[in-house]
Amino acid sequence: MAFLEVKGLEAFYGHTQALHGLDFELEEGGITTILGANGAGKTTTLRSICGMVRNNGSITFDGNSLIGKATENIVRLGIAHVPEGRGTFVRITTEENLRLGAYTIKGAKNIADAMDRVYNYSPRLKERRNQQAGTLSGGEQQMLAVGRALMLRPRLMLLDEPSFGLAPLIVKELFEILRSINNDEKVSMLLVEQNATLALNLADHAYLLETGRVVMSGTSEDISSDEAVRQSYLGY
Amino acid sequence: MEYFLQQTLSGLANGAIYACVALAVVMIYQAIDHFNFAQGEMAMFSTFIAWQMMQWGMPFWLVFPVCVVISFAGGVVIERVIFGPIHNAPVLSHVIVFIALFSIFNSLAGFIWEFTIKPFPSPFPEKDVLGTNLIAMHELGMIGITLVMLVMIYLFFRFTPIGLAMRAAAANPVSARLVGISVKWMLSLGWGLAAAIGAVAGMLIAPMVYLEPNMMLGILLYGFAGAVVGGLTSPGGAVAGGFLVGVAENLAGAYVIGSELKLTFALVLIVGVLLLRPAGLFGRVVVNRV
Amino acid sequence: MVADVNTSSAGRRAIPENPANNLAIAGIRLPVWNKILIAILLVVAVIAPFFLEDFDVFQMTYALVFAMAILGLNLLTGFNGQFSLGHSAFFGIGAYTTAMMMAHWEVAFYWTIIPAGIVCLVAGFLFGLPALRLEGLYLALATFALATAMPQILKYHAWEDLTGGVQGLDLDKPESPFPDTLSDDQYLYFIVLVVAIILFICAWNLVRGRTGRAMIAIRDNPIAAQTMGVNNAVYKSLTFGVSALYTGIAGSMSAIIIQFVAPDSFTFLLAVTFLVGLVVGGVASIPGAIFGGFFVLLIPNISEAVADMTGRTDAKGLSWAVYGLFLIITVYVMPSGAAGLVRLLVGKLARRG
Repeated sequence: MAFLEVKGLEAFYGHTQALHGLDFELEEGGITTILGANGAGKTTTLRSICGMVRNNGSITFDGNSLIGKATENIVRLGIAHVPEGRGTFVRITTEENLRLGAYTIKGAKNIADAMDRVYNYSPRLKERRNQQAGTLSGGEQQMLAVGRALMLRPRLMLLDEPSFGLAPLIVKELFEILRSINNDEKVSMLLVEQNATLALNLADHAYLLETGRVVMSGTSEDISSDEAVRQSYLGY
Repeated sequence: MEYFLQQTLSGLANGAIYACVALAVVMIYQAIDHFNFAQGEMAMFSTFIAWQMMQWGMPFWLVFPVCVVISFAGGVVIERVIFGPIHNAPVLSHVIVFIALFSIFNSLAGFIWEFTIKPFPSPFPEKDVLGTNLIAMHELGMIGITLVMLVMIYLFFRFTPIGLAMRAAAANPVSARLVGISVKWMLSLGWGLAAAIGAVAGMLIAPMVYLEPNMMLGILLYGFAGAVVGGLTSPGGAVAGGFLVGVAENLAGAYVIGSELKLTFALVLIVGVLLLRPAGLFGRVVVNRV
Repeated sequence: MVADVNTSSAGRRAIPENPANNLAIAGIRLPVWNKILIAILLVVAVIAPFFLEDFDVFQMTYALVFAMAILGLNLLTGFNGQFSLGHSAFFGIGAYTTAMMMAHWEVAFYWTIIPAGIVCLVAGFLFGLPALRLEGLYLALATFALATAMPQILKYHAWEDLTGGVQGLDLDKPESPFPDTLSDDQYLYFIVLVVAIILFICAWNLVRGRTGRAMIAIRDNPIAAQTMGVNNAVYKSLTFGVSALYTGIAGSMSAIIIQFVAPDSFTFLLAVTFLVGLVVGGVASIPGAIFGGFFVLLIPNISEAVADMTGRTDAKGLSWAVYGLFLIITVYVMPSGAAGLVRLLVGKLARRG
């Protein structure tokens, strides 16, 4: 059984159905990306995994079923979600944000170690540790969101459009950090991105979503070289 | 001059009660974006429970903490049982349930303990402060206890992990759940704290106004006024607002409008502040994007 | 400038056609059944007082008064979406206007009704003007403050001579002009019945007409309403005024049938009573107001009966606890009140048939 296995996933916002029977899976240690246009259901998929929308079907993580569980309990199984828009706690400091990320971790030493690891990845965050988080730049807040996710020592990290609104150079830096995290911390990643080129560069596998359904899947190389994909999503 | 000082100090003492109620109001408002119209009646009910325990022979120094704990538990239970199921209901439904609680507590208290007024003992001795008659020991005690509570709450929110979690849950519930915080229980905790604060307020005011089921309605209004004046987003502001309202009300009553229209004064304050400066003196303006 | 919602071709009515109207029970279509039921109700209303004791007639009259007050609240809260926890204040203003006119200037009671209404219309409009800038919860708070402050205002010594201060005012009971056929209570009952019928018909027309659609549009989506040309400020203040008018007239009637007004009759708890009637009867339902009025009248009676049975005379105070319980039950189980329940049942019958 795959590390994360999704079968026949349907998701609803009120009476509107956003996902119409999604199937995909993720192997441990890998990075998988979900691509698609606006409204295809990418964010909904991540939200479904975390129990934030009404859903039907089957989601299994490392043998545990996630359907019907509350978000805070899913998180405790080792899934960290870096949400769309970053979800920074803007009124408190950078360090307090990270500390909140460690809410489920016991032991002051563990928390301190986790914080050091995050600061290693991003020295800039360390500089701004006592600064109010809402005053950080977009790129820094994104890094903070990733750092906060890292604090709970996740085995799977969900990232929702991390490149959104960021300058290309910052995004490059961010994605390199993501690659390091995946390599060094052995954190599997599920990445939702509109910027297909970037995503395919980072990920091993890709799924293409259209109006709530998977229309294509394969390794990144295969997807990148596909004619239709190149024209619609990669722009060449 | 002495009269002015007396009125100001007595205003501060009343203000201490309003500050407590305002604090409880803001705590719940921060958690659920609603006003607890039943706050006063819950405090009154707690005070009656304290009175009953004293009738059974328990000493005051024991009754006080026990009552606070019972009220805390009561607040948690009420939130879980009554408000849990209607989390996503429209605002009107929440207001209705608050009003329902108001009626139930008021009525139950009258039924169990009747409407005759009862004296309630003060934990503070009856002497004057420093030999003057500017302010009574009890009034000074009220101010003192309110300030102590404020400091404790501040420390709780600033320096404990649960306090941080509560702040997070109120500020951004979605992100809070994503770090594993159970927003539901944080809500209950907020209610419990508010109920506990209310109980303290009730036990402090009862010696002055005598215990009876309708004692808190006017005070609740002043508490709201204090919270609105201070700013609904800031516990410290609420407390400051409470003191301000207490002093202003007393001075206005003494020098301008007489003691009969004090509630009208509160009404004018509330409407005025909401219209002219909705964020209050110390609060932040929340802009709702269309 | 108000756009003419009426003539838009893309949808002539904001209130959609009720599919249940095609339902036929025993061969008679629903709209016809509605008319039959109303006719039966009217007949009962006219005949009943002749078969009841004077005190029961008084109770029925009181229920009608409550129904009118609740209707007023419904116009504001149910149809226009503006909360009020303060309608006890307008009820009191209406009652006091009538009482003062009768006590000090010896005006016959029926001439006091319209002035009472107008005073409340103005008062409601004036309160509504600043209040329209307050939303939901804040408006609830402001009206809560109004209700709480009103008894004090009524007791104020500066106008004690007019209002009677803490003691209030005593009035003479109006006498029936036909003492052989109608007792005083029956006479008053019919007067109130006529006023109630007029008010209900006016409300019905108001809600079905253009103004009503504007009110409902403002409730459901104020921004969209504005883009359609509805002047929110004017409509909201007017609705406040009209709502106060209705509740004020109800208050005026209450003074007439009780022959007594006192400040402590018009407290926040009275506003709670209206709210209970509104919620249990059905928010945004005109017939629901009638049910609500009778409901809030009956509960204290039942409490008192229970008190007599169990021997605890203070059980009457438990009425409020019962109100509270019903409020909670309604919110949980039938959020649209009794009217909503009826609609649900009719809908179910319609689908089966």
